[in-house]
Amino acid sequence: MTTLTPESSRGPAPSPGSHYLEVADLQVHFTTDDGVVKSVDGLSFHLDRGQTLGIVGESGSGKSVTSMAVMGLHTAKNAHISGSIKLGGQELVGADKETVRKLRGKNMAMIFQDPLSSMHPFYTVGNQIVEAYRIHNDVSRKAARAHAIEMLDRVGIPEPGKRVDAFPHQFSGGMRQRAMIAMSLSCDPDLLIADEPTTALDVTVQAQILDLIRDLQKEFDSAVVIITHDLGVVAELADDILVMYAGRAAEYGSAEQLFNSPEHPYTWGLLGSMPRFDKAPTDRLLPIKGTPPSLIQVPEGCAFNPRCDFQPRVGSACLVERPDLHDNGGDHFVACHIPPAERQKIWAQEISPRLS
Amino acid sequence: MTTSETEPTPAVDTTTTPRHASRTPDRERENLLEVEDLVKHFPIKGGFLSGSKSAVQAVDGVSFTVRRGETFSIVGESGCGKSTTARLITRLLEPTAGKVTFEGKDITHLSDGRMRPLRRDIQMIFQDPYSSLNPRHTVGKIVGAPYKLQGVEPEGGRKKAVQALLQTVGLSPEHYNRYPHEFSGGQRQRIGIARTLALKPRLIVADEPVSALDVSIQAQVVNLLEDLQQELDLTYVMIAHDLSVVRHVSDRVAVMYLGKIVEIGDRDDLYDRPRHPYTVAMLSAVPVPDTKRRHQRERIRLQGDVPSPINPPTACRFHTRCWKAQEICRTEEPLLLQIGTGAESGHQVACHFPEEPSGPAGIPG
Repeated sequence: MTTLTPESSRGPAPSPGSHYLEVADLQVHFTTDDGVVKSVDGLSFHLDRGQTLGIVGESGSGKSVTSMAVMGLHTAKNAHISGSIKLGGQELVGADKETVRKLRGKNMAMIFQDPLSSMHPFYTVGNQIVEAYRIHNDVSRKAARAHAIEMLDRVGIPEPGKRVDAFPHQFSGGMRQRAMIAMSLSCDPDLLIADEPTTALDVTVQAQILDLIRDLQKEFDSAVVIITHDLGVVAELADDILVMYAGRAAEYGSAEQLFNSPEHPYTWGLLGSMPRFDKAPTDRLLPIKGTPPSLIQVPEGCAFNPRCDFQPRVGSACLVERPDLHDNGGDHFVACHIPPAERQKIWAQEISPRLS
Repeated sequence: MTTSETEPTPAVDTTTTPRHASRTPDRERENLLEVEDLVKHFPIKGGFLSGSKSAVQAVDGVSFTVRRGETFSIVGESGCGKSTTARLITRLLEPTAGKVTFEGKDITHLSDGRMRPLRRDIQMIFQDPYSSLNPRHTVGKIVGAPYKLQGVEPEGGRKKAVQALLQTVGLSPEHYNRYPHEFSGGQRQRIGIARTLALKPRLIVADEPVSALDVSIQAQVVNLLEDLQQELDLTYVMIAHDLSVVRHVSDRVAVMYLGKIVEIGDRDDLYDRPRHPYTVAMLSAVPVPDTKRRHQRERIRLQGDVPSPINPPTACRFHTRCWKAQEICRTEEPLLLQIGTGAESGHQVACHFPEEPSGPAGIPG
């Protein structure tokens, strides 16, 4: 499942139309009174069916804004979207609302972080699933209801025949999240975006939900984008990982590459910040200094330079020139001014020993 | 939003001896806090006329001791009563029954007035750095509030003391006149910690101190808490749900399920040799950031949700979800009993059929 075929090479799309989801040079800017917020500023990635992409980053790194852009949910007047998002060959940036609306549900669906605020409190869970299903399928109310019950059963809700008539507030957090998943999967979407699907849940429920997403993906052969700040969750699910920082990709590669030979100082920092559950306890964590930058005033040059421990070794390039995402040769893309050989050396000699 | 791109490093000496030196909890060390059979039931009003009918049994007979200088953590899923326990220890809630002893003094039912002097010694760090600071007060006023409330006049004046505290937690003295909204989440949590430290407390109860923060900031705050513990000889009671963070910071850990402690032990005993099926299941569910292990790990999937604490299952409360449950689990409540011997003698578990030490969730070191 995790081996990469030659066609699935990452980075700026090689031949257009070859991947199910292709995002190229996506920019999402918001004009505010304080200035332009560059939430996403030149992001490219792609995803095939049956594959899972994990997008990792801290709050404000632009991961949710990206997913909303793909779903066409940026309706605010001050949102400026440019670049290209292609879903099954169809361009979504600039497409009219009605076209995108028809794609939602069937071609792409989303699981939101907080199921209580993203379900309608006034309608029963069943009604909300039925509504989505009937938009894309010309079936009777009765057949749609039967389908809703089947979906609830599929996601592991006990007594689905009864629960279908319950209201969202009558469900527990884990059940609500499952109902939400049932709703997003009711039309067998080709692309499923899960935005922090388990952040609000307890660890045992989280394990259930992650297993569920994995099983359903196998069954429907969907493309899945999972957005999270928890590196453990992406390690469980993702084939490819995109690390975002200040609206741009810092590193993009397979899960194996990102965990076993990461090359961006920010990725090193994230790995050092987490207490490792699978290794002997360490004395101290190795945090990243400072705080994430404001998106109105992104630092000149490399956005990570004020927090980077290696900037002095590279010199002024980091302070003036924004690094682009470059392939290090092994289908592993890194946006950093440190030369690839040097980065691999730093990881092997300085960072990796401190993490184990 | 943030005031500065780089935060000054904490003014605490970070090159102290490795923490592992103090890791082995000294069994001879005196107890700072003792909790016996603590109970808290929240009555549910049945409505007009009928009065109170039933109760949420949030905490139902919890006993533990916290030794001076250690970090004692309580873990469990939402609704297990861990935050209520924290609020009972700090006497923000009135216990229904049981006894809380702090430094040999029974504080279970002290009046507000009698409790006030003790508040210097017992302080709390809250989870949400956004709602726990008054937005209309300056940082100076927030951090200086404990002095005012306790009528303490620190040496060199309040302003100087507050500025010193800000430096201790890695903020700069110039932040004195700023307002909370000018700070990021991590910085706000530092302000909260500075306030907690003002009166030089002996016990700090931290309710999910880092769970609202970003990963990189989380690590900064965890390190800060560890440095402060060394420097100021603090005792922590940590409430958390993140099992990796708890493993990193704790000396001893208690696992709660539906208002009861199901297992308690030294950190390494509990994480390496979990005995209660619930602990085993919970540890096996933690996602591990290692792609090589993805397909090798055996995970115990618990069925269903945590039952309601209004009407908890009889006898062993975990029996409805336990794969080992037998008749006795439904009829007889398992007591929290010592299970380990020798160096592991602090390990207690409440289960009729505890797992063998080399349980399925054994974590390879």
